[in-house]
Amino acid sequence: MAEPVLVLDAVRKSFGALKVTDGVSLAVAPGELHALIGPNGAGKTTLVHQISGMLTPDDGTIRFRGQDVTAFNAEKRARHGLARTFQITSTIASLSALENVALGVQAKASHPLSFFRNAASDERLNRPARAALDAVGLSERANVPAGSLSHGEKRALEIAMALALEPAAILLDEPLAGVGKEEGERLITLLKSLKGRYAMLLVEHDMEAVFALADTVSVLVYGRVIASGDPSAVRADPAVREAYLGEEG
Amino acid sequence: MTTGLLIVQILNGLQFGILLFLVAAGLTLVFGVMDFINLAHGVQYMLGAYLAVTFVALTGSFVLGLVLALAAALIFGLALEFLVFRHLYERDHLDQVLATFGLILLLNQGVKMIWGAAPLSVPLPAFLTGNVALMDGILYPTYRFALIGSGLAVGALLWFIVEKTRTGMLLRAGASNAPMVSALGVDIRKLFMIVFAFGTMLAGFAGAMAAPILSVEPGMGDTVLILAFVVIVIGGIGSIRGAFVAALIVGLVDTLGRSFMNDLLRLFMSAPSARATGAALSSMLIYLLMAVVLFVRPEGLLPARGRT
Amino acid sequence: MSAATTTAEVTSVAPPRERAKILLPAILFLLLALAPLAVTIGMPAGWLALLTRALIFAIAALSLDLILGVGGLVSFGHAAFLGIGAYVTGIMITEGRSEALAILPVILGVCALFGAITGAICLRTRGVAFIMITLAFGQMVYFLAQALSAYGGDDGLTLYEKSTLLGFNPFASRTSFYYSVLIALAGAYLLVRGLVASRFGRVLRAARENPTRVSVTGFDVNKVRLVAYVISGMLAGLSGFFLANHTEFVSPAFMSWQRSGELIFMAVLGGVGSLHGAIIGAIAYLIAEDALSHLTEHWRVIFGPMIILFVLFTRGGIVGMLRKLGPRHG
Repeated sequence: MAEPVLVLDAVRKSFGALKVTDGVSLAVAPGELHALIGPNGAGKTTLVHQISGMLTPDDGTIRFRGQDVTAFNAEKRARHGLARTFQITSTIASLSALENVALGVQAKASHPLSFFRNAASDERLNRPARAALDAVGLSERANVPAGSLSHGEKRALEIAMALALEPAAILLDEPLAGVGKEEGERLITLLKSLKGRYAMLLVEHDMEAVFALADTVSVLVYGRVIASGDPSAVRADPAVREAYLGEEG
Repeated sequence: MTTGLLIVQILNGLQFGILLFLVAAGLTLVFGVMDFINLAHGVQYMLGAYLAVTFVALTGSFVLGLVLALAAALIFGLALEFLVFRHLYERDHLDQVLATFGLILLLNQGVKMIWGAAPLSVPLPAFLTGNVALMDGILYPTYRFALIGSGLAVGALLWFIVEKTRTGMLLRAGASNAPMVSALGVDIRKLFMIVFAFGTMLAGFAGAMAAPILSVEPGMGDTVLILAFVVIVIGGIGSIRGAFVAALIVGLVDTLGRSFMNDLLRLFMSAPSARATGAALSSMLIYLLMAVVLFVRPEGLLPARGRT
Repeated sequence: MSAATTTAEVTSVAPPRERAKILLPAILFLLLALAPLAVTIGMPAGWLALLTRALIFAIAALSLDLILGVGGLVSFGHAAFLGIGAYVTGIMITEGRSEALAILPVILGVCALFGAITGAICLRTRGVAFIMITLAFGQMVYFLAQALSAYGGDDGLTLYEKSTLLGFNPFASRTSFYYSVLIALAGAYLLVRGLVASRFGRVLRAARENPTRVSVTGFDVNKVRLVAYVISGMLAGLSGFFLANHTEFVSPAFMSWQRSGELIFMAVLGGVGSLHGAIIGAIAYLIAEDALSHLTEHWRVIFGPMIILFVLFTRGGIVGMLRKLGPRHG
């Protein structure tokens, strides 16, 4: 069994008396799509923030590509190959879709902060950026300001921006949030096409998507993982049904 | 450097600090609760002083003049809120900075036009003239004691309101998370107005109280404003406790620094260079202090709870 | 551009769009190059001096626009750099070193150092605190200048000669002074514009809108902002060099916080973030100030409300208004 790309070991975080993350351990293998589900308030987004480096855990370790990254900030983790999308769309609204993605390509380039030469017309950045936009089906919208894209397009753009980083792992925080049926299906097809190529941690509410995509499912309730494993096994687990799926019917 | 001089300067430092606290307290609330940067706050302080000049001269009584000045300052502050500030709450900081900057230009010049450019003063009230004997022959002006006392009283009142009343609770909540307070259904406009009114009154009060001992002139609010900024930054934005502690520290550091820097430097260097370096260093002291605090603790010494 | 562009709120933070953004600055610089000829059509002699002064401030406003308009950092202490440049010039000339090539590196060095140290501290804060701290540091430099009794203290320092450049006297005649400043301004403009369009500039621009996104993409936002802050400080120092030579006098008032506020207004008046807007804004401001101050001694009473009304009722400054008036560029 290959060395997992992402390993969480007993991660804890409290806000005052509230234990938001109460000893979470999980692992994502290379190419695996590991879904994280749980009722609202379970602490899923807080966990994603800790994995991506935006929040620091109080306790526990996070290992990425064999390295202990618990003390790394978000930017350092990104440079090590950890990409993420946001639950509430976070793009650069006034830049075009292409430029948003090119920014990610730029981060990996040999001179990410060069002072000279126009960035917008730089083919070394634009070519890979266009490829990423193709992969998510946004080639037609490359020159549209990100702020003008439809909600579903923005979600796709976020994924393209993650791909531009040539990541080893992608954290997807509710990519289907607020998306309509048609665009949702397109996003699910997209995520299916990425399976096997990237290790992915997918936080989602949409059960159909989760069970169509996931290789492994972990269930987070009140900051703890109450079940983890094969999707059908998790689905059948009575504790999970009670805590979560039971409410959804 | 005698003990007597040291004690007097410590008291002066405290008095200056209290004055800064009164100005900074209102300002820090406005920053914390409303995220509104009001450069014209110093002008409110200045107006308190000028109104005191006029009303004390008109009524012949210090106390009556003070009360009228406060009332007028409050009315004026509310008028400003209605005419200008209200339209700026939703705007970004740049717009707020510019608009309140324009306000300073207008009011500093306006004050010059109405009262003239020459420095004015307010006579010390009869019952507060003279000195208080502290110990073996050290005298300290009664009025300055009164200033310290009234400042502390106002501080206590403020503490009571913020810690013990419902409005105060909303203020504290707003200082750490204003959108949340609004989402809970609190009339945020009314809260803003209350915060603003508090701040105006405090600044006006400080100005009026300072009038007898400082010279009242156009632009007097500007230096105080900048020092208030330093106080707020050191203390922590939105935090009244922080403003109190920081104001006293700033007052003491500034006063003692200016008094004793020269003597201190004379230990290491010749008299003329000590004087030159001393003058430069003592005026920069506060800012160096601010830089150090920010470097070590960017959120301030006693940040409002919940603010990172 | 497609319909999508017109529905989008494309603010002046967007990167230079090809044709429109070359035309306006080109016309501007052409007009400025021809300006001295206006004396032949009846403009009073003093007008070239006024325009020179305006261009000097244009360099400062342009430098501010880099961090303010492009970077989104409201610095209320920018006049400090101007003052540092002016004082270094004044002190060195007083001490007998009037060679520009000796003075300029010192200015750039001092401004870079001051910018790096204060910038590093200021950037530890955001929003309201950042504004206050830049203001405070600006004040600190002001008090330092006041304490320099050897160089005039509060009264200021008179310069008894101007700088020379390798034996030449570019500041001797009004016209050559004007063109020296214009050339420097053009150079500064091209430099800043190139910077904004570069990879570095893109990160700076993006960080203004969404610093979180820029961080999780793998960029150190603070480092980028600090570098921009230092560069803008150095450029402002350059304008201080010209100012000292122009007024033949330096005083602490050059770095007062009121001056910092005026610089902000110039950048905003022209159209914050557009770069050439800062130039237009500086010219407009100084002409307005000159005209109003001839009208009444209490001109600030008019100017103050003008600023307030401008903020309350306009968006995008002069360049923004020109954009709306002109034909829709593709």
